[in-house]
Amino acid sequence: MRAYLFLICPVLLFLGGSYLLPFLGIMQLSFTDPEPGLGQYSHVLSDPLTLSAIWRTLRICVIVTAVSVAAAYIITLLWVRGRPLVRSLTELCIMIPFWISVLSRAFGWISMLSNRGLLNTWLKDLGLIETSLQMTRNEFAVIIGMSHYLIPFAVFPLATAMRNVDERVLTAADGMGASRLRIFWQVFLPMTASGIMGATLLVFVFSVGFFVTPALLGGGQSVLIAELIYLWIFQIPQWGMAAAMSVILMLAVGGILVLLMRRYGEMAK
Amino acid sequence: MKSEAIVVNTTQIEARSVGKKYGKFHALRDISLEIAEGEFLSLLGPSGSGKTTFLTLLGGYEDATSGKLFLEGHDMTGWTANQRGFGMVFQGYALFPHLTVAENIAFPLKVQKRSKAQIADRVAQMVEMVGLAGHENKKPKALSGGQQQRVALARALAYEPKVLLLDEPFSALDKNLRGQMQEELRRLHRELGTTFVFVTHDQEEALALSSRIAIFNHGELQQVGTPDEVYERPANRFTAEFLGDINILTLDGPAGIAGTAIHLPGNAAGLGHLAVRPEHMRLASEGDANQLPVRLRDKVYLGSKSRLLLETQGGEELMLYLDNGTGLAAPQTGAELRVAWDVQDSFAV
Repeated sequence: MRAYLFLICPVLLFLGGSYLLPFLGIMQLSFTDPEPGLGQYSHVLSDPLTLSAIWRTLRICVIVTAVSVAAAYIITLLWVRGRPLVRSLTELCIMIPFWISVLSRAFGWISMLSNRGLLNTWLKDLGLIETSLQMTRNEFAVIIGMSHYLIPFAVFPLATAMRNVDERVLTAADGMGASRLRIFWQVFLPMTASGIMGATLLVFVFSVGFFVTPALLGGGQSVLIAELIYLWIFQIPQWGMAAAMSVILMLAVGGILVLLMRRYGEMAK
Repeated sequence: MKSEAIVVNTTQIEARSVGKKYGKFHALRDISLEIAEGEFLSLLGPSGSGKTTFLTLLGGYEDATSGKLFLEGHDMTGWTANQRGFGMVFQGYALFPHLTVAENIAFPLKVQKRSKAQIADRVAQMVEMVGLAGHENKKPKALSGGQQQRVALARALAYEPKVLLLDEPFSALDKNLRGQMQEELRRLHRELGTTFVFVTHDQEEALALSSRIAIFNHGELQQVGTPDEVYERPANRFTAEFLGDINILTLDGPAGIAGTAIHLPGNAAGLGHLAVRPEHMRLASEGDANQLPVRLRDKVYLGSKSRLLLETQGGEELMLYLDNGTGLAAPQTGAELRVAWDVQDSFAV
């Protein structure tokens, strides 16, 4: 057994070279550029603009996670427990977005939501509104775009959990006279809690690092952390700040992951 | 005495020509059966015989495609499981995995909107009854198979149903635990007086537990009767062979087996085989009326007795048990012997 351990060396080398080394470089940058010390960190954590970007990111990611997981729950329910026709249609709706690039999707939403976009035109034609609703270049658009991207990812952990639900348990609850509502809230939902937790983790971690969608749909009006880091690298070069921000982001995501995993572990008991 | 002593009296449930079809497949055909109040009825049969289907129809978990079901004289054919209000112990228990033992038992009571105090009382009572005191706050996963079984029983009995349906409740348990749970189930039945309808494919289990047994095969009801009735006087060959060991001999001519004349039981007219349980067959001695020459093919020593495997002159196999306590020397393999039985212990099939 031990003799074969060297076989995994290529993987370790690859990961070390492509992840660990660059990360150590970023760590170094964050403590040294432009001056050695904790200056970059204290600036990041005290600058009101940066702080507001951090809070905005957290807020948007929490909302996006909630919206995506809730929407994905309903979609998965249709996919796993719907009639055959509903199932195949839902499956298509889950799969198709995977084949469309994130850029096309963001532009798609812009043409839907912009001031002279489809939705505003329809609403005007129907006489429901007089002036266009502002639906792009704000948090609303970012949340919609991000959720749309992330919903399919939330579907899979949920589907696994739903498929593992023993049908007889639901039959038993029904036989005892429990209403459909009670069966859903008190039996089905808790029995799929592990899937909800998995989906939440996945979506939240993905959402924190989002760049393209918020950049396009937020239109520079609601800047998220990833966009801020981009700015500090390419627009106003302050690599030390970007590095410090990256380290903070990574620690935050790591911390949240550990917390949720621990909670998840307890639930699985 | 025990559950055997329960007097079978009023009919509680009646099935009238009940059938169930899945597409073109007949899972159940024309089942007519009366279940008496307080009895312990086993539905026995091999897998795919329709016994579980019949139980789900009784419980209202599926609809019959033909026939009618009555509960105390009322047509309950269209009633939902909840309207019938029977308790049900599912195969695999179907406990709520996210709820504790106490919460599992309380679930049906909460659905019935009983008061908190009432629920707490009843849960404590049920936990006590099935011997799970001290486990109230554990989740099903933390319990052994036998304990989960007890929770399932307690949950099904918590709201005092008139009828308890059990779908192969012991199939996942090992042999010792199974015996223990069977005892437990007999005790519960005795104490509660509830009607139990119990699905099993285990003949011994059915014989040991039931006040009556309904035997199913290929979706049809083969025979209903007390354990000794179905064992001693099986209605047909399937029942005879399904319940315990049996020797089946082909009858040739009006009254003979492989050329030897024998006395036939009263029901022999038109039937081609004679059946005798191994325990009713013995090595022949002077004066036995029914004697058949056989050859000893093999003998298996079982401690207090030996099992003899015999072959008739027509090449058919027979089996009988020989008591090892008699002090007589056991015959040697290959020996020519004669077996005998009393005519009233034989039946034609």
